[in-house]
Amino acid sequence: MFYREAGQFKTSYAADMAIFPIRQDRIGLAIILAIAFIAIPATGNLFLLDTVMIPFLIYALATVGLNLLTGYCGLLSLGVGAFMGVGAYACYKLTTIFPGVNILIWIIASGFVSCAVGVVFGLPSLRIKGFYLVVSTLAAQFFLDWCFARITWLYNDNTSGAIEVPTAKLFGLPITGPTATPTTRYFIVLIFVVTLAWIASNLVHGRIGRMWMAVRDMDIAAELMGVRLLRAKLLAFAVSSFYAGVAGALMVFLWLGAAEPEAFNINQSFLVLFMTIIGGLGSIVGAFLGAALLHILPIGLRALPGAIGLSLGSATIEQLTFAITGALIIFFLIVEPRGLAQLWRIGKQKLRVWPFPY
Amino acid sequence: MSLLYQIFIDPFAQMIASPDLLVQTIWEGFVGGVLYALIALGFVLIFKASGVFNFAQGIMMVFAALTLVGFHEKGAPAFVALVLTIGVMYLLALGVERVILRPLVNQPEISLFMATFGLTYLLIGGGELVFGGNPKSMIASELYLPSGSIDLKMLGGTVSLQKLDIAAAVIALVMVVGLGLFFQNTRIGRALRAVADDHQAALSVGVSLNQIWVIVWFAAGVVALATGIMWGARSDVSFALQIVALKALPVLVLGGLTSIPGAIVGGLIIGVGEKLGEFYWGHIFGGGIESWLAYMIAMAFLLFRPQGLFGERIIERV
Amino acid sequence: MSNKKIAYFTGAALALALTAPAFTPAAAEDSIYVPLFTYRTGPFAGSGTPIADGMHDYLTMLNLRDGGVGGVKLNVDECETGYDTKKGLECYDAVKSKNPVIVNPWSTGITLSLIPKAAVDKTPILSMAYGLSASAKGDVFPWIFNPPATYWDGTSEILKYIAGGSIDKLKGKTIGYIYFDAGFGREPLPLFKQLASDFGFTMKYYPVAPADMQNQSAQWLDIRRDKPDFVVMFGWGAMNATAVKEAIKAGYPMDKFVSIWWPGEADLVSAGDAAKGFKTLNWHGVGADYPALQDIKKLVVDAGKSQAPKDEFAGVLYDRGVYNSMLIAEAIANAQKLSGKKLVTGEDVRRGLENINLDAARFKELGLEGFAAPFKLSCADHNSHSATFIQEWDGAKFVKVTDPISPDSADVQPLLDEAAKAYAEKNAGWPARTEACDSKS
Repeated sequence: MFYREAGQFKTSYAADMAIFPIRQDRIGLAIILAIAFIAIPATGNLFLLDTVMIPFLIYALATVGLNLLTGYCGLLSLGVGAFMGVGAYACYKLTTIFPGVNILIWIIASGFVSCAVGVVFGLPSLRIKGFYLVVSTLAAQFFLDWCFARITWLYNDNTSGAIEVPTAKLFGLPITGPTATPTTRYFIVLIFVVTLAWIASNLVHGRIGRMWMAVRDMDIAAELMGVRLLRAKLLAFAVSSFYAGVAGALMVFLWLGAAEPEAFNINQSFLVLFMTIIGGLGSIVGAFLGAALLHILPIGLRALPGAIGLSLGSATIEQLTFAITGALIIFFLIVEPRGLAQLWRIGKQKLRVWPFPY
Repeated sequence: MSLLYQIFIDPFAQMIASPDLLVQTIWEGFVGGVLYALIALGFVLIFKASGVFNFAQGIMMVFAALTLVGFHEKGAPAFVALVLTIGVMYLLALGVERVILRPLVNQPEISLFMATFGLTYLLIGGGELVFGGNPKSMIASELYLPSGSIDLKMLGGTVSLQKLDIAAAVIALVMVVGLGLFFQNTRIGRALRAVADDHQAALSVGVSLNQIWVIVWFAAGVVALATGIMWGARSDVSFALQIVALKALPVLVLGGLTSIPGAIVGGLIIGVGEKLGEFYWGHIFGGGIESWLAYMIAMAFLLFRPQGLFGERIIERV
Repeated sequence: MSNKKIAYFTGAALALALTAPAFTPAAAEDSIYVPLFTYRTGPFAGSGTPIADGMHDYLTMLNLRDGGVGGVKLNVDECETGYDTKKGLECYDAVKSKNPVIVNPWSTGITLSLIPKAAVDKTPILSMAYGLSASAKGDVFPWIFNPPATYWDGTSEILKYIAGGSIDKLKGKTIGYIYFDAGFGREPLPLFKQLASDFGFTMKYYPVAPADMQNQSAQWLDIRRDKPDFVVMFGWGAMNATAVKEAIKAGYPMDKFVSIWWPGEADLVSAGDAAKGFKTLNWHGVGADYPALQDIKKLVVDAGKSQAPKDEFAGVLYDRGVYNSMLIAEAIANAQKLSGKKLVTGEDVRRGLENINLDAARFKELGLEGFAAPFKLSCADHNSHSATFIQEWDGAKFVKVTDPISPDSADVQPLLDEAAKAYAEKNAGWPARTEACDSKS
């Protein structure tokens, strides 16, 4: 009833091919952005910003990256954690070698470093297909993990192998380090994530996205059609690793404030992969939904017994959180095996014809 | 120059200088490989019959071992606890088939993989709630598993073979042979192979998919129990053990995802390869290369044979 | 989509929305908030659980017996970190709003990431006998405390013991170091390098990856090949138990195997007699033969208020948790004295920690006479670099076998100074100490 396109005429090809052609879509997006930029910081709840929103956005960014690789190009990858680590350590080295340059530039540069590393480990994808490709990315994950611990140059020969983040300023406001307020950090992360998600959305709706989807569906047919597999697959690895690298740098500099090699281990890769799958492969919105489910839900579950006055041991809460998260994942998959993004799409479809059933 | 010497000459010189250490390393690798192969066996069983990559195999191993120890702690004698645990694994298989596999029939493989991940979280949380997070020691002596070692004086030194490891190798061998015979000669085994080939064709000749899936998950559960007993006897049973299951991935990939002999051969290659690599070449790189050597070995194999050693050839048609 | 699915979906969305009120912080009460960062799950639960029980039970006993500290009850709250740095930071952020007076991270990784935040958030960190060794220097790290001995002191003490007196007797020997390849295990590496080059002994390193703690056969094969004269271990969680088992399998003589103060009975009980001769450092007594521990038994354990199983009570790690809580209570008591307030804040407890002066008389007052050696902290010395003794496993329990060995400060102190200076320089803009010093030292 209020989602109809009746009356919205396009007068140019560009308008017709736009990603959000329906006005209601654009209004909805504006509302979400307004909530993100205005309403949430205005609550002033530091826990909400620091522990819920900033990690959620960072994980969403990494999930968008992995979605580009696994969802749109069909190359299953378990190396996301390591590529995040490459970005984080690259940013650390760049800031310590050139402390004068603005850290935001270094965050983007570290994305490119991670991009290069990702391309190298993506080379076997030309020969190995399907599930077996997991091994190549796992090799990347464990090898890079080992490098983070062994190559002392990466962490400036710190005894413990851990890196601490120096304070960096932007327009006089500290944005990294312990003095940076959660609000400042939240805005920086939000700007990064919104911009990069916008770029990703344009990528997948354009020629490159279609090329990737052709490779995913049947790469031999795509090759016959003129798609160059080498370029397509390596581009997918490159872009995905760029997103992962930026996410890693953001994670260390604007969220944790410190890092050790353990932060980028295989569990991190699994977490991002699961966010991708449960959010819905092949969907940018799905990346955000998956990150929300797998990050915010456990926090909420952990805080729930205290909020309703139930006193359980901390270990019991932790175990219950695991069990309930697992049960909910199975539940959501049974309800919609193609992930939360599919539920979202079906919901929008229903909304378009509401109040009629079809 | 000295680096080249260290990589190409020194290790072999060491091998010749102390052959007893070489044999010991190969034995340790062999034992590790057998244990990886047992885990990979569980994966292969389930993948062959239901096309699901069971991420929860590692946690099923820990869960089975904890259940066994838990029953024993509550007072059941060892073999009664064993039978009870096998019963619990059967119930788990029933539950998984009913709750996860049936609603997700014919869905994309990645969703089923994800569902097994949900199962993992569920088993971790549930297992810790029931059994507690503390590591427990496996009841190896009550199960008549031998302890102590056989020290062979050979080749100028001692090679000590743990009796437990020998028992593990024997049990693994028995299991593989048993499963192989089961698949070849019994009616259910044939039905399993039919389901692995083509679900719809198997249905059309009257094979009950649901029953087969329960049997396969139960068999994987029993394999997980045996693996859990062996791993638990070597180092205590705790939730840290499930990380070991990740090492089974290169074994699977190397041997082929659908081949039982492939799991064993792959396991042995990976096990021996990574131990030799770590022992003789590891120190050049600062140690600890065992964590990624297995994956590199698997990847190198895959570049030459993309479907693994014994896997089905991937035929792509446009 | 069927109506059932719509119903499921909206139900789940509602459930998610219901968790939203959980994000509001709890209201402050008329008590002192003491968060305990513990891990009762995960691969380190074997070590973390007895410590958590010891800490929790001592503070509960104080609440029940004395009504808290200075008459104010302690609000003890456990937050599960699983020894994971990210979860530790989440716990820290979650408790920040409740005004914690002290933080015990119980993980060197978490400690390192919290060190820069302590001064900004005005919450002192007590990383008892772990954490950053250099944080012993109070003028560079006014908010971090790590009594009674740093990892470098412990390393020096182990080396003195195996040398049989002074470290120069180790000349020409080979020492193997098997360690947890992250955080605390890497702490002594620079000290080992320096001492090896100064005193002429060889070091061999055997790192154990955190993900591979239960798979140490490669490291012990290497030890068999290298045949070091002694093996020193820095392990935690599942690593200690596996290392002992592998050492027995590899046939390494147990009496040449010395560890830092972390192994507990649970790590050795399954090896039993075969591990006889295994030694670790320790600085406090073991067992329940102290009035305070008897109080804990009566008021907390027997009353069913403790989560500790019977065989864990009064073991090495349980008693260590008690020691940690004793320091917390002492710091709060000192803070109340210095500030004159009953409901003290983090800043007051920082001053309280800095003025800890636990002499023999005070230990007797606390019901822990003879439990540990007396020590005091000061503005410049947040550690006290105390002596620790060696205890040996006799097949069933730990038995003290030496007198306390003091660290070789001539070698350790300059390295600590250097490390603190390097830390301040690397983190450009590290604030100079502005907090006033209460005592004259």
